[in-house]
Amino acid sequence: MTWFIDHLGDVWNLGRQHAVLAGLPLVLGLLIALPLGWLARRFRWLYAPFTAGFGLLYTIPSLALFVILPLVTGRGILDPFNVIVAMTLYTVALLVRTVADGLGSVPSAVTNAATAMGYTPGKRFFAVELPLAVPVISAGLRVAAVSNVSIVSVGTVIGVQQLGLFFSDGFNRQFYDPIVVGIVACIVLALIFDAVILVVTRLLTPWLRVTGARA
Amino acid sequence: MIASTWQWLTDPVNWSGPGSIPDQIVTHLWYCAIALFTASLIAIPAGLAIGHTGRGRFFGVNLAAAARAIPSLGLLFLMVLWLFPKFSGSSGSAAFVVPSLIVLAVLAIPPILAGAYAGVEGVDPAARDAAKGMGMTGLQVLRRVEIPNAMPLIFSGFRSATLQVIATATLAAVVGADGLGRFLIDGQKIRDYPQMAGGSLVVALLALAVDLLLGVIQRYAVSPGLTGRRTSASRRGRVDTPASTDRSNTPLDVEISDPRRTVDSQPS
Repeated sequence: MTWFIDHLGDVWNLGRQHAVLAGLPLVLGLLIALPLGWLARRFRWLYAPFTAGFGLLYTIPSLALFVILPLVTGRGILDPFNVIVAMTLYTVALLVRTVADGLGSVPSAVTNAATAMGYTPGKRFFAVELPLAVPVISAGLRVAAVSNVSIVSVGTVIGVQQLGLFFSDGFNRQFYDPIVVGIVACIVLALIFDAVILVVTRLLTPWLRVTGARA
Repeated sequence: MIASTWQWLTDPVNWSGPGSIPDQIVTHLWYCAIALFTASLIAIPAGLAIGHTGRGRFFGVNLAAAARAIPSLGLLFLMVLWLFPKFSGSSGSAAFVVPSLIVLAVLAIPPILAGAYAGVEGVDPAARDAAKGMGMTGLQVLRRVEIPNAMPLIFSGFRSATLQVIATATLAAVVGADGLGRFLIDGQKIRDYPQMAGGSLVVALLALAVDLLLGVIQRYAVSPGLTGRRTSASRRGRVDTPASTDRSNTPLDVEISDPRRTVDSQPS
């Protein structure tokens, strides 16, 4: 505990960088996965190749991706840009299927009603289908958020600035405190992300509160 | 880069002897199998119990969510530091392997648990009531109605756990254990990028192959009444195509409301 108090500044600094490295890709990944998921719904034959293909990205070991991406992007190995790209890939891998399934969970009676009321396909998507898919998409986003926080810490192996550095620090000195502080900080960060997503979901789905249905 | 990776992958030297690709694949699969088996022993009974009784749901769900948030690398370092002195007497690599297995099992428990309880919970209440009405005891209902009906989601949880475990088992090499991660760590040390790229390609292909295999097993393990394998002719009038409801292998494996269960999509 005294170690934690002495290193509060370090925890705060690395925690902030960790939050950016894990959080920014969530937003980018969602923005990329939305059109891809929509395509997978719109054209049925795309569903299987899209969900399986993007899901495959998730099987690339993070260890390898962190080292190999700099060669592909041409940036320095310690450039956070590489981590952002890697984490965005993982987020897309998780979310394409979620977005497609979320859009698929909208009852066809609802979309038919919207069409009958004169919604154009574009307006129907943003005003009806996307809002109704929010609970499913948010469930997927929560999994991606937690998994991102954990995967970013693997960046330790190449020395990227984030909370995982506490793990290697403690391991090299055979000293428990930094490792425990790092793990707890990661879990707290994951819980914060989770809470933010839950609050945003609640704000975006006021009808669920009224009827008391599950979020 | 691609050419040199291909060269590394096809070099006969890398395909025979200790530490070769086949050798590490076997070790890798062995770690994954032990971890998944251990995780299943804990998570499936716990998940079935939560789903069947409805008790402990809050506890189980939150514990699983918290376990998901534990960074694998941190837990691995912690376990090695903690267990290393305890294994110093024994020979071999147990001091590195056992911590790795614990980390992989912890990683696998949340998705398997979630699949099991969501599967049992999602069983049509009418089917459960009918089973009770026929005089089945609680255990009979679980064994003959709830588990068969929950099979697709149990499999989906297990498959997403398998994907994660196979990819994460590479971390075992960071602390000195074997497995396909060796190629990544050894390659990084000597800046042999083709070896790293080749190694990760093997991991991804292995994950894909195991997932396909599990998919085939799932096809035959799940009751035809659920997959529609034999009854496709009688159900052609359904709203959703099988492709849109086949959620096996989804990494989030739960919480997706099933469009087939809504009243207005029942075949009339």
